[in-house]
Amino acid sequence: MEDLIITGPGIQDEEYIVNMGPQHPSTHGVLRLKIALKGETVERIEPHCGYIHRGIEKMCERLTYQQMIHLTDRMDYLSAHINNEAVCLLVENALQIEVPERVKYIRTILDELTRLASHELWWCAFGMDLGALTTYFYGLRDREPILDIFEETTGARLLQSFNVPGGLMNDIHPNFQKRVKEYITYFRKKLPEYDELLTGNVILQERTRDVGNLSLEDAISWGVTGPSGRASGFACDVRKHHPYSAYDKVDFNEILYTKGDSFHRYDARVREMWESLKILEQLIDNIPEGDYAVKMKPIIRLPEGEYYQRVEACRGEFGVYILSTGDKWPYRAKFRSPNFSNLSAINKMAAGFKIADLVAIGGSLDLVIPDIDR
Amino acid sequence: MAFNIYDLTSFNQSIDKFLYDNLPSFWAMIVEMTIIGVAFLLFYAVIGLFLVYAERKVCAFIQNRVGPNRVGPYGIFQTIADFIKLLMKEIIPIRKADQFLFNLAPFIVIIASFMAIAAIPFGLGLHAIDLNIGIFYVMAVSSLGVIGVLLAGWSSNNKYSLIGAMRSGAQIVSYELSVGLSMVTIVVLAGSMQLSEIVEAQRNGWFIFTGHVPAFIAFIIFMIASTAETNRGPFDLAEAESELTAGFHTEYSGIKFAFFFLAEYMNMFIVASIATTLFWGGWMPLHIGGWEGFNHVMDIIPPFFWYMGKTLVVIFLMMWFKWTFPRLRIDQLLKLEWKYLLPVNLFNLILMALVVLMKWHF
Repeated sequence: MEDLIITGPGIQDEEYIVNMGPQHPSTHGVLRLKIALKGETVERIEPHCGYIHRGIEKMCERLTYQQMIHLTDRMDYLSAHINNEAVCLLVENALQIEVPERVKYIRTILDELTRLASHELWWCAFGMDLGALTTYFYGLRDREPILDIFEETTGARLLQSFNVPGGLMNDIHPNFQKRVKEYITYFRKKLPEYDELLTGNVILQERTRDVGNLSLEDAISWGVTGPSGRASGFACDVRKHHPYSAYDKVDFNEILYTKGDSFHRYDARVREMWESLKILEQLIDNIPEGDYAVKMKPIIRLPEGEYYQRVEACRGEFGVYILSTGDKWPYRAKFRSPNFSNLSAINKMAAGFKIADLVAIGGSLDLVIPDIDR
Repeated sequence: MAFNIYDLTSFNQSIDKFLYDNLPSFWAMIVEMTIIGVAFLLFYAVIGLFLVYAERKVCAFIQNRVGPNRVGPYGIFQTIADFIKLLMKEIIPIRKADQFLFNLAPFIVIIASFMAIAAIPFGLGLHAIDLNIGIFYVMAVSSLGVIGVLLAGWSSNNKYSLIGAMRSGAQIVSYELSVGLSMVTIVVLAGSMQLSEIVEAQRNGWFIFTGHVPAFIAFIIFMIASTAETNRGPFDLAEAESELTAGFHTEYSGIKFAFFFLAEYMNMFIVASIATTLFWGGWMPLHIGGWEGFNHVMDIIPPFFWYMGKTLVVIFLMMWFKWTFPRLRIDQLLKLEWKYLLPVNLFNLILMALVVLMKWHF
């Protein structure tokens, strides 16, 4: 028994140190959480990052802006399209290029499809974390048509790299509008199933209500954004407050709660799926005619200076900071990834709760590990 | 030797007589025990394989999937293939494990479920030992399995295993009470602890129907508590894979893992058997008073099939739970038992006693 108790500096007596990860089913990747347990109660958590660090920011310093797109895909692979858009918007704003309306509409539609696909996958994984294995197959069933739409239009299912500075890589597939409309009617019927299977379940409510509360002050000071932040009442939806692309032309609600517990983080995401459907409905019939891209030079040189662009990725605010010296590649690129900030608050949320709650809290934060480590 | 599928008593007695006539009584007993043992081993293996297949098909059905469909027609040989794989797999030795306990644990788990199955009446005359305290015996023996779980968790020298085993211990000690009390409720109604008599008492109506409200409440409590006792979802905290990877059997591989795996399904079968015996009339066919023609048709189906059919329905219920509900948390699990199930159960027992005393039951 002696060798089960680790003693050493910083470790208090009778604390049971458990390493959750880097190989663990519910860390959704190679995240390592060092947990100090007292019985089943979590005393404190130390996240250890870097297991999937690929040096994306450093690599960007030797890549042209068109090439950077292919790396931003690989940070938060579930909001690949949105991440790409951030870089494209940054370049377009820096060069003061006005992209055609058609591009804006298509980008917004693809954004929302990405968000739907991402939230569906999160819903699967959240159910799995709580032990409801059936959710996984329900969510994947509904995600599949979205990936098919992506495949048809962009040629890729997950990492599309469809946005390029100045517009899109290609025009949309002739079937695109029809299939998206079909999907909206399909998913409007399927979404209530999510509530029936999981939201209304008494065990889910017991497991998530008043678990992992995060106050508004903490959410702001730890920079918790996205649905997780909005569940705490932090009005941080970039789409609403700093609209980009076609978000200023659509009417949707920012889902805001005040409680900030796991259940409201869960609920915020499910409600957001309804809002995404609303946005899609408003845009899909109104895609204007026009070009799908502005003619750009093969090598883009941003004027000297600092640039920052933020977008609302599926998990929160995604920011790109570029320091340019007028060269064809950035002098310094920095990405503000939502998952990194969201993860940083996990000790605040989970300390004092049970180890099973930690899994629920981690699930409700919807972490994508490659985005944390970059 | 008359073989009557509806009543195997005379068939068994004739075998018994044949053996004792031709062999010294000691050897006759040994031969009988061997026959019964081999029969149970076969039954155990077949049921285990079948339940694993059934679970995979049921869960596939619930999850919009097809399930196993490659090995043999409809994939019926899939579990056999899986077990051959597990048999051939290397057993990974754990260097820092407590070797003796580590190797002993799977056997305790499987022996406990083996012993419990001996006392279950599968049909008229299909009953290995008819103890006069049958229900008490089944309860006592089936809860021995937790010792194996605790040993497995302790000896693996793995933190997740230990947490899983501790959870399992807390869970089974608590839910044993509810299982026991809901059984006692039926014992009060039946007036006997002998399983054959309990079944016989249901000849004119299954206890779930004749026992009024208390029998129904007891059944629901029994289902909840026994699902918890078998460590199945939504109470599968001991092996909650999203929290503890695989809980107490994380470190086991090959055939030892197969033992745990098989024992889990057998426990489910035993629990469903008890539910069938106590609440759903055991091997008694369904009779509806006054419907003579219907009752005759029901009588044609042999008791063993009645018994298996009912048990499989109960097992399907348990699978349904597992694949739709999220998992509870350990404190919620204990709260459910001590704050809700136990008081309701005690009250229910008094109610049942009252019903029996006042002769309100049918």
